[in-house]
Amino acid sequence: MNCNCNAHQEPRSENLSVDAGLIEQELIKYADIKGGLITVLQKAQETYGWLPSDLLEYIAGRMGVGLAKVIGVVTFYTQFRTKPVGKNLILLCQGTACHVNGSSDIEEAIRDYLEVEEGEISENGLFTYNNVACLGCCSLSPAMMVGGKTYGNLTKESTVKILKEIEKESSR
Amino acid sequence: MRITVGMGSCGIAAGASEIYKLLEENEAGVKVTGCIGMCYLEPVVNIYNGAEEKVFVKVDKKGAEEILKLIKGEENSADEYAASREDIELLSAQPRIALQNCGMINPESIDEYIEKDGYKAARKCINEMTPEDVIAELKTSGLSGRGGAGFPTWFKWQAARDSEGEQKYVICNADEGDPGAFMDRAVIEGDPHALIEGIMIAAYAIGAGEGIVYVRAEYPLAIVRLEKALEQAREKGLLGENIFDSGFSFDIRIKAGAGAFVCGEETALIASLEGERGMPRLKPPFPAQKGYWGKPSNINNVETYANVPWIIRNGGAAFCAIGTENSKGTKVFALTGKIAKGGLVEVPMGKTIRDVVYGVGGGIKDGKAFKAVQVGGPSGGCIPAELIDTVIDYRTLAETGAIMGSGGMVVMDETTCMVDMARFFLDFTCKESCGKCVHCRIGNVRMLEILERICNGEGQSGDTQLLSELAAQIKDGSLCALGQTAPNPVLTAIRYFSNEFEDHIEHKKCTACQCKPLLTYEVDNEKCTGCTLCAKKCPADAISGELKKPHIIDNAKCIKCGKCADACRFRAIKVS
Repeated sequence: MNCNCNAHQEPRSENLSVDAGLIEQELIKYADIKGGLITVLQKAQETYGWLPSDLLEYIAGRMGVGLAKVIGVVTFYTQFRTKPVGKNLILLCQGTACHVNGSSDIEEAIRDYLEVEEGEISENGLFTYNNVACLGCCSLSPAMMVGGKTYGNLTKESTVKILKEIEKESSR
Repeated sequence: MRITVGMGSCGIAAGASEIYKLLEENEAGVKVTGCIGMCYLEPVVNIYNGAEEKVFVKVDKKGAEEILKLIKGEENSADEYAASREDIELLSAQPRIALQNCGMINPESIDEYIEKDGYKAARKCINEMTPEDVIAELKTSGLSGRGGAGFPTWFKWQAARDSEGEQKYVICNADEGDPGAFMDRAVIEGDPHALIEGIMIAAYAIGAGEGIVYVRAEYPLAIVRLEKALEQAREKGLLGENIFDSGFSFDIRIKAGAGAFVCGEETALIASLEGERGMPRLKPPFPAQKGYWGKPSNINNVETYANVPWIIRNGGAAFCAIGTENSKGTKVFALTGKIAKGGLVEVPMGKTIRDVVYGVGGGIKDGKAFKAVQVGGPSGGCIPAELIDTVIDYRTLAETGAIMGSGGMVVMDETTCMVDMARFFLDFTCKESCGKCVHCRIGNVRMLEILERICNGEGQSGDTQLLSELAAQIKDGSLCALGQTAPNPVLTAIRYFSNEFEDHIEHKKCTACQCKPLLTYEVDNEKCTGCTLCAKKCPADAISGELKKPHIIDNAKCIKCGKCADACRFRAIKVS
């Protein structure tokens, strides 16, 4: 059996599933800075939307750390995704205030409308929803964030309406 | 005339951007400002004319148009949007220290901050005081950490100062992970320079050359505003080399968190800053001795630092004069949940929970009955209605089984199920446990399983006893505060709401009607019109009946999903 942990091989970017050149600057900047791994991963996810496994291997090689460490960090933090997501990522707040004000009903409405489970991509490729701990907009609970925009005081009806509007905009 | 629009994250979510755009297009000099705390009234527009101030609330498009007419001196009905006197009084009655400038100044303008005596405290410290003087002033003030544990701030600073080492760090914990707390976000978004100034003073006191603010990634606007503020401070020479010609050099950088509640724990935060998994480390050595990269580091949270400039400007004694014997100054609370007037409030220590919930918060939404208030997030506990006169200070809150925490106050009414709340918090800690300590990693999951069982109507006699035993072991066997405090929400729920546990376990009833498997659905024959909609929506084929005749729900088939009740337009489905 071949072990991937062998870091002596020169990391190669040619056959990667994504264009690693897009994060080259970060890789150069943080290659010698201790503790830059999380920042590089954040930049990579910002660039590609998610973190494919061959990219993680490449980053491990370039940063001079083991693949196990990279995967350890990726799976530890909720921000990092190892699966692709839909065009619009819905962050549904499940904080205390939202829970008390009925966020589980909102989740049901999203699930029923998109016909997906958490983390899956809707059939039209437009949406993925993730539950998150707290968006810090507790006074507008229940709340969700789509593409950096926060929507508050949600009801089942208003949630579906918002999704329909985003659908319309996205297909334009 | 000066016109401001409240543009914190929550204001923007309530539609403040559109209002700002509309006003700005038609009237020069409209300014952005941060959150003033009246979240229930967003979007908020202020007009200052000399000493006169007018506040307009819940401003929509029409409201913005009326305000424009008012500015131009035309006939208008802007008064319909004017804030009530009661709301204004509630706001002006709050002593403001940490939130001093929030909602008052433009957070993106360093000049407005300087006009409000900004950076005077830092200048005074660096030019006129020795580091020892600064720490002594902090000691006089009695300021303690606002992030949760309430540790005396001066003590941490002194420890970091006393530690040997050329290189030292000041770190700001802005990883506000407690669900239900957003005061740190409001401070960064509304008054970022106050935070920078507080960190500068700490750096001078302990002798640090570099500062790091660890902000959670869920706060994009806070990161943008802080970045801008840092840039402005550098341009003015307030950060960088040789600040105030004193020879003191210092700069701050931002590190965006990646989403892990445990990183609010200081040693876990340091691990995360070093690019590692955010797992807590054994203390001692404390961060003040061996912190970031093994160097002496001081960590405080945002609200703590934001208090510091005020203390230096007004003196430690003035701060110490506010509050109770063991808790000094003010505390910012995020008042949310089933509250009529939710938002951010700053109250002096020593007020009661009643003062906050009924005084500042206007009581319970929709006239329902107050049941409990959850204080301190997943590490805290529920304080029941009968203890509403509990005084807010570190010691008395701890006596109830809750903690001060970072200041989230989630209000609950009769429709909140306390067993479900206990389950909710444990679900949170299970997801956020880093997995290092066995008791926290496995014990909490076991507790969650029991609570889920109870909520599903499969609770067994002795379950509460079992929960209490597990809780004691988790508290003993965990390294960091996350594990040590994880059982608190469950323990306080058992302590104050044992009747609800009994209802769930012995009688299979959820009186708050939240635990769906324990509910029964029935058709009210008098209200049912026989429209057949519920039967069509029922995924279990449990509803039958003829058109235009009352329907029947077969409880043996019912899966208690509640879809019938949602679908019914005549409120003919009774839930009990």
